[in-house]
Amino acid sequence: MKRLVYLLPLLVLLVMGGYFVVGLGMDPRELPNMLEGKPVPDFDLKPIKGRDRGFRHDDLLGQVSIVNVFGSWCVACRVEHPFLVKIKQQGLVPVYGIDWREKDADAGPAWLRRFGDPYTLVGDDPQSKAAIAFGVTGAPESFLVDKQGVVRYKHVGPVDQEVWDNTLWPLIQELRK
Amino acid sequence: MTRLLLALLLACAVVLPAAAVEPDEMLHDPALEQRARDLSANLRCLVCQNQSIDDSNAELARDLRVLVRERISAGDSDDQVMDYVVSRYGDFVLLNPPFKLQTLALWGGPVVFLLLGILGLVQFYRRRAATAGAAQAPLSDDERKRLDRLMRDDAP
Repeated sequence: MKRLVYLLPLLVLLVMGGYFVVGLGMDPRELPNMLEGKPVPDFDLKPIKGRDRGFRHDDLLGQVSIVNVFGSWCVACRVEHPFLVKIKQQGLVPVYGIDWREKDADAGPAWLRRFGDPYTLVGDDPQSKAAIAFGVTGAPESFLVDKQGVVRYKHVGPVDQEVWDNTLWPLIQELRK
Repeated sequence: MTRLLLALLLACAVVLPAAAVEPDEMLHDPALEQRARDLSANLRCLVCQNQSIDDSNAELARDLRVLVRERISAGDSDDQVMDYVVSRYGDFVLLNPPFKLQTLALWGGPVVFLLLGILGLVQFYRRRAATAGAAQAPLSDDERKRLDRLMRDDAP
Protein backbone atom coordinates (compact mmCIF):
# COMPACT_ATOMS: atom_id res chain seq x y z
CA MET A 1 0.00 0.00 0.00
CA LYS A 2 2.80 2.37 0.92
CA ARG A 3 4.62 1.59 -2.32
CA LEU A 4 1.61 2.84 -4.26
CA VAL A 5 2.27 6.36 -3.01
CA TYR A 6 5.51 6.39 -4.96
CA LEU A 7 3.60 5.54 -8.12
CA LEU A 8 1.36 8.56 -7.65
CA PRO A 9 3.62 11.08 -9.47
CA LEU A 10 3.89 8.70 -12.41
CA LEU A 11 0.11 8.40 -12.43
CA VAL A 12 -0.32 12.17 -12.38
CA LEU A 13 2.21 12.47 -15.21
CA LEU A 14 0.33 9.91 -17.29
CA VAL A 15 -2.98 11.69 -16.80
CA MET A 16 -1.43 15.04 -17.73
CA GLY A 17 0.31 13.42 -20.67
CA GLY A 18 -3.05 12.14 -21.87
CA TYR A 19 -4.49 15.64 -21.76
CA PHE A 20 -1.48 17.03 -23.61
CA VAL A 21 -1.68 14.42 -26.36
CA VAL A 22 -5.32 15.32 -26.96
CA GLY A 23 -4.91 19.07 -26.33
CA LEU A 24 -1.88 19.61 -28.52
CA GLY A 25 -3.60 17.82 -31.38
CA MET A 26 -6.49 20.28 -31.34
CA ASP A 27 -6.51 23.31 -33.59
CA PRO A 28 -6.66 26.46 -31.44
CA ARG A 29 -8.10 28.36 -34.41
CA GLU A 30 -11.17 26.22 -34.48
CA LEU A 31 -13.59 27.95 -32.14
CA PRO A 32 -17.02 26.65 -31.19
CA ASN A 33 -19.79 27.87 -33.46
CA MET A 34 -21.60 30.25 -31.12
CA LEU A 35 -24.32 30.86 -33.70
CA GLU A 36 -25.33 27.24 -34.14
CA GLY A 37 -29.08 27.00 -33.64
CA LYS A 38 -29.44 30.77 -33.55
CA PRO A 39 -30.82 33.09 -36.22
CA VAL A 40 -28.27 34.75 -38.47
CA PRO A 41 -27.21 38.06 -36.94
CA ASP A 42 -28.70 41.26 -38.32
CA PHE A 43 -26.55 42.80 -40.98
CA ASP A 44 -27.06 45.02 -43.98
CA LEU A 45 -24.08 45.14 -46.30
CA LYS A 46 -23.61 47.54 -49.18
CA PRO A 47 -23.05 46.13 -52.65
CA ILE A 48 -19.51 45.68 -53.86
CA LYS A 49 -18.32 48.30 -56.31
CA GLY A 50 -20.08 48.24 -59.66
CA ARG A 51 -23.22 46.47 -58.41
CA ASP A 52 -26.47 47.89 -57.15
CA ARG A 53 -27.70 45.13 -54.85
CA GLY A 54 -26.09 44.46 -51.48
CA PHE A 55 -26.72 41.60 -49.09
CA ARG A 56 -28.72 41.64 -45.86
CA HIS A 57 -29.83 39.06 -43.35
CA ASP A 58 -33.43 38.68 -44.56
CA ASP A 59 -32.23 37.71 -48.04
CA LEU A 60 -31.59 34.30 -46.49
CA LEU A 61 -35.15 33.55 -45.44
CA GLY A 62 -37.21 30.85 -47.16
CA GLN A 63 -34.43 28.63 -48.48
CA VAL A 64 -31.48 26.57 -47.37
CA SER A 65 -28.35 28.52 -48.24
CA ILE A 66 -24.66 28.93 -47.61
CA VAL A 67 -23.05 32.17 -46.49
CA ASN A 68 -19.42 32.24 -47.52
CA VAL A 69 -16.90 34.74 -46.12
CA PHE A 70 -14.11 35.44 -48.57
CA GLY A 71 -11.62 38.09 -49.63
CA SER A 72 -9.51 38.64 -52.70
CA TRP A 73 -6.47 38.76 -50.37
CA CYS A 74 -7.16 35.29 -49.04
CA VAL A 75 -5.15 32.49 -50.60
CA ALA A 76 -7.29 29.66 -49.25
CA CYS A 77 -10.34 31.35 -50.81
CA ARG A 78 -8.75 31.02 -54.21
CA VAL A 79 -8.27 27.35 -53.58
CA GLU A 80 -11.91 27.05 -52.57
CA HIS A 81 -13.35 29.24 -55.31
CA PRO A 82 -13.57 26.74 -58.20
CA PHE A 83 -15.61 24.44 -55.99
CA LEU A 84 -18.12 27.19 -55.21
CA VAL A 85 -18.37 27.93 -58.92
CA LYS A 86 -19.13 24.26 -59.49
CA ILE A 87 -21.92 24.38 -56.87
CA LYS A 88 -23.37 27.36 -58.69
CA GLN A 89 -23.15 25.71 -62.13
CA GLN A 90 -24.85 22.57 -60.86
CA GLY A 91 -27.47 24.66 -59.08
CA LEU A 92 -27.07 22.68 -55.85
CA VAL A 93 -27.61 25.42 -53.28
CA PRO A 94 -27.54 29.24 -53.38
CA VAL A 95 -24.28 30.64 -52.00
CA TYR A 96 -24.17 34.18 -50.64
CA GLY A 97 -20.88 36.01 -50.33
CA ILE A 98 -19.46 38.37 -47.74
CA ASP A 99 -16.52 40.15 -49.31
CA TRP A 100 -14.46 40.69 -46.19
CA ARG A 101 -11.89 43.40 -45.51
CA GLU A 102 -10.98 44.51 -48.99
CA LYS A 103 -8.50 47.35 -48.74
CA ASP A 104 -9.27 48.35 -52.28
CA ALA A 105 -12.93 48.53 -53.31
CA ASP A 106 -12.00 47.32 -56.81
CA ALA A 107 -10.23 44.20 -55.62
CA GLY A 108 -13.31 42.11 -54.83
CA PRO A 109 -15.18 42.75 -58.09
CA ALA A 110 -11.98 42.24 -60.11
CA TRP A 111 -11.40 38.94 -58.36
CA LEU A 112 -14.93 37.75 -59.16
CA ARG A 113 -14.57 38.81 -62.79
CA ARG A 114 -11.34 36.88 -63.07
CA PHE A 115 -12.29 33.65 -61.29
CA GLY A 116 -16.06 33.59 -61.80
CA ASP A 117 -18.89 34.67 -59.53
CA PRO A 118 -20.54 31.81 -57.64
CA TYR A 119 -22.62 34.09 -55.43
CA THR A 120 -26.33 34.86 -55.54
CA LEU A 121 -25.64 38.15 -53.74
CA VAL A 122 -22.43 39.68 -52.47
CA GLY A 123 -22.10 42.20 -49.64
CA ASP A 124 -19.09 44.40 -49.03
CA ASP A 125 -17.74 44.19 -45.49
CA PRO A 126 -14.61 46.35 -45.26
CA GLN A 127 -14.97 46.99 -41.51
CA SER A 128 -15.79 43.41 -40.45
CA LYS A 129 -19.30 44.40 -39.34
CA ALA A 130 -20.95 41.21 -40.56
CA ALA A 131 -17.80 39.14 -40.09
CA ILE A 132 -17.67 39.93 -36.37
CA ALA A 133 -21.41 39.41 -36.04
CA PHE A 134 -20.87 35.92 -37.48
CA GLY A 135 -17.88 35.31 -35.20
CA VAL A 136 -15.50 34.93 -38.13
CA THR A 137 -11.81 34.64 -37.29
CA GLY A 138 -10.37 34.00 -40.73
CA ALA A 139 -11.35 33.42 -44.31
CA PRO A 140 -12.78 31.37 -45.80
CA GLU A 141 -15.58 30.41 -43.46
CA SER A 142 -18.93 29.06 -44.56
CA PHE A 143 -22.22 28.99 -42.70
CA LEU A 144 -25.09 26.71 -43.52
CA VAL A 145 -28.40 28.51 -42.96
CA ASP A 146 -31.83 26.86 -42.95
CA LYS A 147 -35.17 28.13 -44.32
CA GLN A 148 -35.98 30.00 -41.12
CA GLY A 149 -32.67 31.81 -41.31
CA VAL A 150 -31.14 29.80 -38.47
CA VAL A 151 -27.43 28.97 -38.62
CA ARG A 152 -27.02 25.20 -38.61
CA TYR A 153 -23.35 24.60 -39.27
CA LYS A 154 -20.06 26.40 -39.63
CA HIS A 155 -17.16 25.22 -41.72
CA VAL A 156 -13.75 26.82 -41.17
CA GLY A 157 -11.39 26.66 -44.11
CA PRO A 158 -11.99 25.89 -47.78
CA VAL A 159 -15.02 23.84 -48.76
CA ASP A 160 -13.88 20.99 -50.97
CA GLN A 161 -15.40 17.83 -52.41
CA GLU A 162 -14.72 15.85 -49.23
CA VAL A 163 -16.37 18.39 -46.91
CA TRP A 164 -19.22 18.68 -49.35
CA ASP A 165 -19.84 14.94 -49.71
CA ASN A 166 -19.41 14.06 -46.05
CA THR A 167 -20.93 17.01 -44.27
CA LEU A 168 -22.55 19.84 -46.17
CA TRP A 169 -24.60 18.03 -48.80
CA PRO A 170 -26.12 15.49 -46.35
CA LEU A 171 -26.97 18.37 -43.99
CA ILE A 172 -28.52 20.40 -46.80
CA GLN A 173 -30.73 17.48 -47.81
CA GLU A 174 -31.70 16.99 -44.19
CA LEU A 175 -32.64 20.67 -43.82
CA ARG A 176 -34.67 20.69 -47.04
CA LYS A 177 -37.05 18.02 -45.77
CA MET B 1 29.75 64.05 -17.15
CA THR B 2 26.66 65.25 -18.95
CA ARG B 3 26.86 62.15 -21.11
CA LEU B 4 26.92 59.93 -18.06
CA LEU B 5 23.97 61.78 -16.60
CA LEU B 6 22.05 61.47 -19.82
CA ALA B 7 22.82 57.77 -20.01
CA LEU B 8 21.63 57.32 -16.43
CA LEU B 9 18.51 59.30 -17.16
CA LEU B 10 17.77 57.16 -20.19
CA ALA B 11 18.34 54.00 -18.19
CA CYS B 12 15.74 55.17 -15.67
CA ALA B 13 13.23 56.14 -18.32
CA VAL B 14 10.01 54.20 -17.99
CA VAL B 15 9.37 52.14 -21.08
CA LEU B 16 5.64 51.97 -21.66
CA PRO B 17 4.27 48.98 -23.54
CA ALA B 18 3.28 50.02 -27.01
CA ALA B 19 -0.45 49.67 -27.57
CA ALA B 20 -1.81 49.16 -31.05
CA VAL B 21 -4.59 51.70 -30.65
CA GLU B 22 -4.26 54.31 -33.36
CA PRO B 23 -5.18 57.95 -32.80
CA ASP B 24 -8.05 57.84 -35.30
CA GLU B 25 -9.72 55.01 -33.40
CA MET B 26 -9.75 56.81 -30.07
CA LEU B 27 -12.84 58.28 -28.52
CA HIS B 28 -12.84 61.97 -27.65
CA ASP B 29 -14.12 61.40 -24.15
CA PRO B 30 -11.11 60.23 -22.10
CA ALA B 31 -13.33 58.37 -19.61
CA LEU B 32 -15.01 56.37 -22.37
CA GLU B 33 -11.67 55.79 -24.08
CA GLN B 34 -10.24 54.43 -20.83
CA ARG B 35 -13.19 52.05 -20.51
CA ALA B 36 -12.58 50.88 -24.07
CA ARG B 37 -8.90 50.34 -23.29
CA ASP B 38 -9.69 48.33 -20.17
CA LEU B 39 -12.17 46.13 -22.02
CA SER B 40 -9.83 45.66 -24.99
CA ALA B 41 -7.03 44.53 -22.70
CA ASN B 42 -9.16 41.56 -21.69
CA LEU B 43 -10.28 40.58 -25.19
CA ARG B 44 -8.23 38.06 -27.10
CA CYS B 45 -7.10 38.84 -30.58
CA LEU B 46 -8.38 35.93 -32.65
CA VAL B 47 -5.65 36.18 -35.24
CA CYS B 48 -2.60 36.27 -32.94
CA GLN B 49 -4.18 34.42 -30.11
CA ASN B 50 -1.88 35.26 -27.23
CA GLN B 51 -2.26 38.99 -27.62
CA SER B 52 -5.13 41.17 -26.51
CA ILE B 53 -6.85 43.28 -29.12
CA ASP B 54 -5.36 46.27 -27.32
CA ASP B 55 -1.85 45.00 -28.16
CA SER B 56 -2.41 43.45 -31.53
CA ASN B 57 -2.15 45.28 -34.80
CA ALA B 58 -4.00 42.61 -36.73
CA GLU B 59 -6.82 44.01 -38.83
CA LEU B 60 -9.50 41.97 -37.15
CA ALA B 61 -8.24 43.26 -33.78
CA ARG B 62 -8.56 46.79 -35.05
CA ASP B 63 -12.12 46.17 -36.20
CA LEU B 64 -12.95 44.67 -32.80
CA ARG B 65 -11.48 47.71 -31.04
CA VAL B 66 -13.60 49.97 -33.17
CA LEU B 67 -16.65 47.85 -32.42
CA VAL B 68 -15.99 48.05 -28.66
CA ARG B 69 -15.77 51.83 -28.94
CA GLU B 70 -18.91 52.05 -31.05
CA ARG B 71 -20.89 50.10 -28.52
CA ILE B 72 -19.53 52.11 -25.60
CA SER B 73 -20.44 55.32 -27.42
CA ALA B 74 -23.91 53.92 -28.06
CA GLY B 75 -24.35 53.63 -24.29
CA ASP B 76 -23.64 49.94 -23.69
CA SER B 77 -22.38 48.96 -20.24
CA ASP B 78 -19.07 47.13 -19.94
CA ASP B 79 -20.91 43.84 -19.40
CA GLN B 80 -23.09 44.37 -22.44
CA VAL B 81 -20.05 44.95 -24.64
CA MET B 82 -18.28 41.86 -23.31
CA ASP B 83 -21.45 39.76 -23.60
CA TYR B 84 -21.81 40.76 -27.23
CA VAL B 85 -18.28 39.69 -28.12
CA VAL B 86 -18.61 36.46 -26.11
CA SER B 87 -21.91 35.70 -27.86
CA ARG B 88 -19.99 35.79 -31.17
CA TYR B 89 -16.71 34.13 -30.28
CA GLY B 90 -17.31 32.23 -27.04
CA ASP B 91 -15.45 32.35 -23.73
CA PHE B 92 -12.19 31.78 -25.60
CA VAL B 93 -12.16 35.46 -26.50
CA LEU B 94 -11.82 36.40 -22.82
CA LEU B 95 -8.24 36.48 -21.59
CA ASN B 96 -9.59 36.10 -18.07
CA PRO B 97 -11.96 33.15 -18.36
CA PRO B 98 -15.08 33.11 -16.14
CA PHE B 99 -15.53 30.60 -13.34
CA LYS B 100 -18.07 28.00 -14.41
CA LEU B 101 -18.51 24.28 -14.78
CA GLN B 102 -16.33 23.93 -17.89
CA THR B 103 -13.52 25.94 -16.34
CA LEU B 104 -13.66 24.17 -12.98
CA ALA B 105 -10.43 22.24 -13.63
CA LEU B 106 -8.72 25.43 -14.76
CA TRP B 107 -9.55 27.45 -11.66
CA GLY B 108 -9.81 24.58 -9.20
CA GLY B 109 -6.71 22.67 -10.34
CA PRO B 110 -4.10 24.87 -8.65
CA VAL B 111 -6.09 24.86 -5.38
CA VAL B 112 -6.34 21.06 -5.47
CA PHE B 113 -2.60 20.72 -6.09
CA LEU B 114 -1.82 23.20 -3.30
CA LEU B 115 -3.99 21.24 -0.88
CA LEU B 116 -2.33 17.99 -1.96
CA GLY B 117 1.06 19.59 -1.35
CA ILE B 118 0.09 20.82 2.11
CA LEU B 119 -1.32 17.40 2.94
CA GLY B 120 1.92 15.74 1.83
CA LEU B 121 3.97 18.16 3.88
CA VAL B 122 1.87 17.62 7.01
CA GLN B 123 2.17 13.86 6.53
CA PHE B 124 5.93 14.14 6.13
CA TYR B 125 6.46 16.15 9.33
CA ARG B 126 4.11 13.96 11.32
CA ARG B 127 5.97 10.85 10.31
CA ARG B 128 9.31 12.47 11.17
CA ALA B 129 8.03 13.53 14.57
CA ALA B 130 6.79 9.96 15.11
CA THR B 131 10.17 8.38 14.28
CA ALA B 132 11.98 10.98 16.38
CA GLY B 133 9.70 10.05 19.32
CA ALA B 134 10.44 6.37 18.87
CA ALA B 135 14.19 7.04 19.21
CA GLN B 136 13.60 8.46 22.69
CA ALA B 137 12.53 5.15 24.15
CA PRO B 138 12.48 5.03 27.99
CA LEU B 139 15.83 4.15 29.57
CA SER B 140 16.51 0.62 30.55
CA ASP B 141 17.27 -0.21 34.22
CA ASP B 142 21.02 -0.43 33.58
CA GLU B 143 21.06 2.91 31.86
CA ARG B 144 19.09 4.54 34.66
CA LYS B 145 21.55 3.25 37.29
CA ARG B 146 24.47 4.51 35.26
CA LEU B 147 22.88 7.89 34.86
CA ASP B 148 22.17 8.14 38.55
CA ARG B 149 25.79 7.29 39.35
CA LEU B 150 27.07 9.91 36.97
CA MET B 151 24.73 12.52 38.40
CA ARG B 152 25.88 11.75 41.93
CA ASP B 153 29.56 11.97 40.98
CA ASP B 154 28.96 15.36 39.51
CA ALA B 155 27.20 16.63 42.59
CA PRO B 156 29.10 19.38 44.40
